[in-house]
Amino acid sequence: MSKLRWTLWVPLALFGAFFVLVASQLMNPASTTVESAMIGKPLPEFALKPANADRPGLATSDMRDGQPRLLNVFASWCVPCAAEAPQLSALERAGANIVGVAIRDRPEDVAMFLAQHGNPYSRIGADDLSEVQVGIGSSGVPETFVIDGKGIIRYQHIGDIRDQDVPMLLEKLKEAGL
Amino acid sequence: MIAEFGLAALWLAAALAAMQLVAGALVLRRDEPTLAALVRPAAVVQGLLAALSFGALFLLFVQTDLSVRLVAENSHTAKPMIFKIAGAWSNHEGSMLLWVAVMALAGALIALIEHRLPERTLLATLAAQAFVSLGFYAFLLVSSNPFERLSPAPPEGNGLNPLLQDVAAAYHPTTLYFGYVGLSVAFSFAVGALLTRQVTPDFARAMRPWVLGAWIFLTLGITAGSYWAYYELGWGGWWFWDPVENASLMPWLAATALLHSASVLAARDALRAWTIMLGVVAFSMSMIGTFLVRSGILTSVHAFAVDPERGSFILALLTLYIGSALTLFALRAGTVAEGERFSVTSREGALVVNNVALSAILAIVLVGTLYPLLTEAFGIKVSVGPPYFNPVSALFFLPMLVVLAIGPMLRWRRDSLGRVQNEAVLLGVIALLVLAGVWFNTSIGLLPLLGLALSVAVAVGSVLPLKGRSLRRLPLAVWGMVVAHFGIAVAMFGMSADSAFTKEKLVAATPGETVEVGPWKVTLETVEPVAGPNWTALEGVLVASYKGGKPKQIAPQSREFWSPVQKTSESALLTRWNGQLYAVLGEEIDGGRWQIRLWWKPFVTWIWYGGLLIGFGGFLALLGRVLGDLKRRNLQARIARRRRTAADEEQAA
Repeated sequence: MSKLRWTLWVPLALFGAFFVLVASQLMNPASTTVESAMIGKPLPEFALKPANADRPGLATSDMRDGQPRLLNVFASWCVPCAAEAPQLSALERAGANIVGVAIRDRPEDVAMFLAQHGNPYSRIGADDLSEVQVGIGSSGVPETFVIDGKGIIRYQHIGDIRDQDVPMLLEKLKEAGL
Repeated sequence: MIAEFGLAALWLAAALAAMQLVAGALVLRRDEPTLAALVRPAAVVQGLLAALSFGALFLLFVQTDLSVRLVAENSHTAKPMIFKIAGAWSNHEGSMLLWVAVMALAGALIALIEHRLPERTLLATLAAQAFVSLGFYAFLLVSSNPFERLSPAPPEGNGLNPLLQDVAAAYHPTTLYFGYVGLSVAFSFAVGALLTRQVTPDFARAMRPWVLGAWIFLTLGITAGSYWAYYELGWGGWWFWDPVENASLMPWLAATALLHSASVLAARDALRAWTIMLGVVAFSMSMIGTFLVRSGILTSVHAFAVDPERGSFILALLTLYIGSALTLFALRAGTVAEGERFSVTSREGALVVNNVALSAILAIVLVGTLYPLLTEAFGIKVSVGPPYFNPVSALFFLPMLVVLAIGPMLRWRRDSLGRVQNEAVLLGVIALLVLAGVWFNTSIGLLPLLGLALSVAVAVGSVLPLKGRSLRRLPLAVWGMVVAHFGIAVAMFGMSADSAFTKEKLVAATPGETVEVGPWKVTLETVEPVAGPNWTALEGVLVASYKGGKPKQIAPQSREFWSPVQKTSESALLTRWNGQLYAVLGEEIDGGRWQIRLWWKPFVTWIWYGGLLIGFGGFLALLGRVLGDLKRRNLQARIARRRRTAADEEQAA
């Protein structure tokens, strides 16, 4: 019996392991944002039709002209997208080239949205089935990607762009070669 | 006023728990009659105060007093009364208060009626109980005051999760809590016995009714929870190996093992340290379960109860309880004298197999539940589901069923398999016949096939212990065992039949169209809007006929609650003795066609009938034990009285 005395400590040791596991999980709560696995990789091939009448559609080939861009994933039905519109306009005024991908939208709604909140986009592609959105690793709207001049995804911003994000995004654009 | 009264009662109860702990602990160190005399009354008054405190919260919910934050957040004046009442415990604070109140009442009951144990052991037990309670009191008073006021009071409350507006859901958490509390009592008994080194058959007998009670509640809670998930979530499944389901299953597995090992200890004075260990593990599992549900570190359908800060508090509490109990176990269990010995082929031997198998299944479920956490620590997201749980637990469950069929016929201490040879062969033949019969007629998976064969054998095996015994004189506890084992067979049969023979159809139907699923012909008649007290719904009227028999109407709904806004699907069920037709109304597609999902689930209801039988068996056993105790106590009182009279007469002479 005494030879097995150490086995009596096994339950406590197991419980200790359980404690370490869950305590470490509690301390670093799993992040709820889903980061794109596409960062550092080239954009997938796509060619989207225009999402409204006065801007051309968007294709991968448009983004390999040596100029870095912001790719903004938005939708007219998305409230935070309206909230970030002033920041997008500020970015445009600061010289950023912004292209849009409208998710599951209708041309008349997009037109209404742009009329109301301003149109900072040079091109807007209509992604009716979220194919491009999924392809670039975005899991919600709004999200904003920095694409360099070779069409490679450099950075992902999840959620709406706040005031303090504007200089940061300009910096990222500069890093990408603006 | 009521809220303040409730809070005051809670503080007083906490103070008494502190006194109960200190006095009980001091008595352990040295004999102090004045302190010892304090412990029992403290436990009784603490129980009353905690119950009053919960009563106050109950009243606040009945009156829908919106100036109390908890009521405002969880209730609504438009809600039906039964759900207003359920609101008192369908939230974090209320459920913690209910837990501590029931625990205090249990302590009071022990203090009032338990006289079998050595007094020191009992006081140590009550001190341990107060130690556990104090953590909950601190939790309530420091971080989750249920009586907090809101000023100004909002004009209307925030409602209750509509998924929970369901009678089964209103009671299912409470039954689980009663179960958890019962296990906390078993834990206290185990700690008390360890502290005073009194791991005796009397300890097992004193603890057993509490374990039985807890086990009955857990059984019923799991059964009700499974049925709730089955018809409310609208997925047609009855068990998903969801972390929260596992959290309720693990204490049940431990309690089942504990129940059986306590029987060995009570009857034969064997398995001493093991029983203590299980007493600690069973309560640990209920704490760990609560922690996993509340902390939100695992994703689950029960995410409505989540809060990470509370998670840390519960983790701190459970570490304190379990860590100290396991340390005590490691230090003391070696000094607990070894119990009686027994041979492998004996009732004890069979019960050891039961315990090993149950513990193995417990470990399998625990590992499967925690595994996603472990991999996440290394940055990999996985989810563990039925492909792991079903076959791996069956590996132990199926052999356990074989032993379950034979074990109850074995004698205590030493027996030979030769004595039960005839019965064993009979059961084997039955199992093989079922196996062959099903094998040649249908093609189903291996696990359901074995499950069907074994369930029939176990059903027959479970009543064999009645053979040759006078049914009228048979103790209730034996009846309880027979009924519970028979219930296992019934539930097992339902599970296997459901997984083997279920037929499913997903169709887009226009009104007037008829769909066939298994033996049923189902016609969609109309889809109409209907309104309830706090919801509106689209209701599909379906007419179903079984094998061309008399048609019956069922009406699944797609419901929208308006406070808070949430959509739920209310499935409609048509129950026959041999199964259920399950219908869910989905969305409308391209105008005029409706998605309808239909299942024919043969014998699925037997799962829950089995669960009820298992619970009823436990109830019979509990009744038998309690009545037996009362009888014994009356007898002792009569003997004492007679002795006194004899002594008096002698003196007079």
